[in-house]
Amino acid sequence: MDLILFGVFAIIAVVCGINVVVQSHPISSAISLVGVMGSLAVLYLLLGAEFIAAAQVIVYAGAIMVLFVFVIMLLNAGAESRKGRSLMVQLLGVPLLITLFGLLAYFVQRMYSPEASVHFGGFRGGTAEEIGHALFTTYLLPFEVTSILILIAILGAVVLARKEMD
Amino acid sequence: MAGVPIYYFLTLSAILFALGVAGFLFRRNIITVFMSIELMLNAVNLSFITFSYYLKKNDGHIFAFFVMVVAAAEAAVGLAIILTVFKNRQTLNIDEVDSLKN
Repeated sequence: MDLILFGVFAIIAVVCGINVVVQSHPISSAISLVGVMGSLAVLYLLLGAEFIAAAQVIVYAGAIMVLFVFVIMLLNAGAESRKGRSLMVQLLGVPLLITLFGLLAYFVQRMYSPEASVHFGGFRGGTAEEIGHALFTTYLLPFEVTSILILIAILGAVVLARKEMD
Repeated sequence: MAGVPIYYFLTLSAILFALGVAGFLFRRNIITVFMSIELMLNAVNLSFITFSYYLKKNDGHIFAFFVMVVAAAEAAVGLAIILTVFKNRQTLNIDEVDSLKN
């Protein structure tokens, strides 16, 4: 059951992830990215991270992707042209990427035995209560610094995107 | 009943990260490059949550939460920069934005 759930949503995530990279129109990439984020939210639930799954849907699939779609529509971005990429990227890019992925997958499989497995409900520390407790005790200072970071980001975005006034 | 081995999740994370790197390197549209960065951040988040499950602690969740916050801030500022670049140059192709090159 867990394996079926993982398989279905992992395949959706990978297919949507490939779609993000190969689609020539940015809006198709954005919609595929929403698919990746949604299926990752289900996998977070499988791993017992309820709060992060909810935040993933609300913040990533909701807020950030809407921002992306707004900007794509505002700029009226069309499909990109395929010409003008360097020869080295074309020749070496894919083999190097496969090497990167192969190394990552190899070491991951060497490090963790198949006995270390995930069951739904095997970890219950990811509820909003537990996360909130950790955020407001152990991680209080980083949490407060985060609010300042957000404030700076808002100010920066407003300053950058406003119309020049004399 | 057999569960899902831990390294399946980590391998999925590696696949998504490699796809993000591919998008970052191969795409010429600045918005798609930006979305590839988001894809890589998501892949790393999946690793954090998986390690958190493996260690039976929720510190990884806190890290994933902070990654989301930073991604949100980065998206807001980055898209504002893209708007400004487009306003000044009328292009979204990263090869044409090369003032620092010469």
